[in-house]
Amino acid sequence: MASAPDYSWPPMEKRKLIGKPIKRLDGPQKSTGRAKYASDLKPQGLLFAAYMGSPHAHARITKIDTSEAEKMPGVKAVHIINPEGTEIQWQGMEVAAAAAATEEAANDALRKIKVDYEVLPHFVQEADLKQAGARGKAAGERVTGDPDKAFQDAEAVSEGQYGIPVITHCCLETHGSVVQWQGDQVHVFPSTQYISGTAAGLAPNIKVPIANIQAHMDYIGGGFGSKFSPGKWAEVCAFLSQKAGGAPVRLFLDRKMDQLIAGNRPSAFATVKLGGKKDGTVTAWESNGWGTGGFAGGGSPPLPYVIDRIPNARQTFTGVSVNAGPNQAWRAPNNQQAAFLTCCALEDFAAKIGMDPAAVFDKNFAYAPDARVETYRYQLRKAADLAEWSKHWHPRGKGASGVVKRGLGLGFSAWAGAGQASQCRATIHVDGSVVVDIGTQDLGTGTRTVITQVAAETLGLPMGAIKLNIGDNSLPVSGASGGSSTVGGVCSSTRKAAMNALVKLFETVAPSLGAQPEDLEAVNGKIQVKDTPAKSLAWAAACKKIAAAGQISEMGENVQRSPGGLNTQGAAGVQIADVSVDTETGIVRVNRYVAVQDCGLVVNPWLAQSQVHGAVIMGLSTALLEERIMDARTGRMLNPDMEFYKLAGINDVGDIVVHLDIRPENDKRGIIGLGEPPAIAICAAVSNAVANAIGVRVPNVPVTADRVLAALEGRNA
Amino acid sequence: MNSRKDPKLPVRPSGGVSRRGFVSGLGIGGGALGTGLLEKEAVAAPAPANLIGPGPAAITLTINGKPVNLKVEPRVTLLDALRNYIGMTGAKNVCDRGVCGACTVIMAGKTVYSCAVLAIDAQGKNIETIEGLAAGNSLHPISAAFVANDGQQCGYCTSGFVMAAKGFLDEHPNPTMDDVKHGLGGNLCRCGTYMGVRKAVIEAAANMKGAKNG
Ligand code: FES
Ligand code: FES
Repeated sequence: MASAPDYSWPPMEKRKLIGKPIKRLDGPQKSTGRAKYASDLKPQGLLFAAYMGSPHAHARITKIDTSEAEKMPGVKAVHIINPEGTEIQWQGMEVAAAAAATEEAANDALRKIKVDYEVLPHFVQEADLKQAGARGKAAGERVTGDPDKAFQDAEAVSEGQYGIPVITHCCLETHGSVVQWQGDQVHVFPSTQYISGTAAGLAPNIKVPIANIQAHMDYIGGGFGSKFSPGKWAEVCAFLSQKAGGAPVRLFLDRKMDQLIAGNRPSAFATVKLGGKKDGTVTAWESNGWGTGGFAGGGSPPLPYVIDRIPNARQTFTGVSVNAGPNQAWRAPNNQQAAFLTCCALEDFAAKIGMDPAAVFDKNFAYAPDARVETYRYQLRKAADLAEWSKHWHPRGKGASGVVKRGLGLGFSAWAGAGQASQCRATIHVDGSVVVDIGTQDLGTGTRTVITQVAAETLGLPMGAIKLNIGDNSLPVSGASGGSSTVGGVCSSTRKAAMNALVKLFETVAPSLGAQPEDLEAVNGKIQVKDTPAKSLAWAAACKKIAAAGQISEMGENVQRSPGGLNTQGAAGVQIADVSVDTETGIVRVNRYVAVQDCGLVVNPWLAQSQVHGAVIMGLSTALLEERIMDARTGRMLNPDMEFYKLAGINDVGDIVVHLDIRPENDKRGIIGLGEPPAIAICAAVSNAVANAIGVRVPNVPVTADRVLAALEGRNA
Repeated sequence: MNSRKDPKLPVRPSGGVSRRGFVSGLGIGGGALGTGLLEKEAVAAPAPANLIGPGPAAITLTINGKPVNLKVEPRVTLLDALRNYIGMTGAKNVCDRGVCGACTVIMAGKTVYSCAVLAIDAQGKNIETIEGLAAGNSLHPISAAFVANDGQQCGYCTSGFVMAAKGFLDEHPNPTMDDVKHGLGGNLCRCGTYMGVRKAVIEAAANMKGAKNG
């Protein structure tokens, strides 16, 4: 038996498709409106569902009467989600749902469901920790070295308080699915980041064997970490379908419910004290933080971020339980908060000792993991060049006179992004056609495109020769699209499957080329003796020779802990915001945003650039505009919509300069995921730029006009 | 529903503002206030010819030049009529409040948020949807420019952006980049495709002029 094939990526200079700026394969479907999302599906006999939540943040359901709703014309099923006696812990927590022949009738039915609540006291605002009382749960103090002595010995000490609020995912396609439960089979059409896991996620809740659940999705309208599990709504949708005699039911949350219950990013507030030398070296860190991720409390961001080898450190973090919707993973969980708190504190230390923060950041990158120190320093220089740091930076608040002040600010990021466990099947048919089957999904990240690039490159074929099937749980299992783990996983399993199939093809055709299988290669639509185009067979002619077997079908697998050099983890990034602040109106404009990012071997720099653009724009939106606003008196969210929960528009973001750190030393590490890394540092960079512009720190993001004006007037906001 | 503490609270979270009340209270296009696109292009609501409803009424919509007959309750929006009754799903329901532009169509030559127009009020006007944009298998120059400049990621906002770009370019065939940034301000994207969209609209303008002159 031949030894294992060489799966390693072709050398940079030999690549024909990998590493090339290839356009998104499903672009035409999307730009013509033909792409069908789960929320677009309208199978024969579809029923529309409506989903009802509690108007109270904390209450007990004392009575539910659905009798009137059930009698309404057009109503086919009513389902109580949380029965009488349930203690509601946040506004929007599920109560009941209805399915009807029209969306209008379903909504009418909800209005006829009578629910009595015993309203209980609530707590919804965590920004002031003193108010939290018993709702705060302190995690134990963590101490490294001797922080007390280090602060005593420090030549300078800076201190600040910073806050980054709860924000919502606000995916444009809300959470939901279409479900049809017929007999013992359940068909699910979800909007999900994890098609291969949909059945296992749903099965225990509806008590149906995993084997009886079929899940399929072609397109998803955004997830960003909030669509891993099928969600309570999928299970409710299944019950409605069952009650309605097996009719398909479409249940997508309306915008308000989506904002209330379908996911958010935890907040983080902290006082941070840094001590160090006048040359910029930080020697001591102390942080006391708090935040909330909903009723369950809050997770603690990893502090200090990246520069976590500061020799003396003390930190505490208090998770606060509030009566508000539960958090979900949010594109780099905990990292945005950690980057914000760390980079702001570092910039304030630089201002305190009157040093250029670029020099202070550079110096303290010494505390980053050994393998990455030089990468950060290289990226800092690159970003500073692109942002014209030496030309535009000025000491804090010491820019040109005038009402509008310009400033620059820095942020940095780190993310693992190792390839997920993934299986792929590559099939070569006797007529030369090729099918790649893989149970992954394309979130708009370009997954379809990169898989096709890898398969085509491996087989020496054009992209159009590959038929790709994704988005179905009957396909070989791949992981959830999250944590920047997809691209490394699916490209590696595809490479192996295609290579395994190719080796079988080599074995079949080698005799007719008078060569050994290991002497063959697949290039330019041919199987040929290596570097000998004269001794070759066209792809179709070669495939004819597999007639006896009918087809070649081979699996490939990416094993997370031994990716064999195809993918790895550990991405670094440095970003710079260039802002202008109107000191009369408080309005912050982003002039330019520079993002320098490494991610190992870049399969498609065109789509990678789009990923960075998207991450930065989303980050700018959170830095300038986004915040879940809770009302202390009623316990309700004041902006569960899109008119007062603001997303950045096309004119709210300035120019974005992306530099993908593509260098041979990065390329040889293998593929690293990119969804998270460039999304991490933006609040930090923008907040630092605003401080640089106006001379004072605006403690909280988003840096809205009122907060800027309050900071200028010396008030805390 | 009875809440012991506050009996006047809305029946369900989304019941505070009814779609009907919202549209009739503000006038069609009112939901676009402050979002840029429709401020100067709001379409006045026509006076009702006769009283219909609340049950389903037979109406005729002219969609991409062709008449379509359907029965909808008067409260059904043009967006819901397209998606739920006719099965044209290019326009998306994202905010249902005239904020995000995912539901953008062109009605009687004006760009509108179809979630902020009642289907019965859309009768007698030609409604251009994204389904009518492409001729056969070839891409419309705007769609082609979105592909060429990666003006889409998940794609959920893309139909709306393409139609908003169509409406914008119909009126501004020679836009500057600044015009584009203002003219497309009524559409929102969560994936952050604005860099690609900006370039796409400029490129589409150039290509469409070329097509016309050539
Ligand atoms: S869905 Fe119509 S504007 Fe948002
Ligand atoms: S491409 Fe996803 S919302 Fe715009």
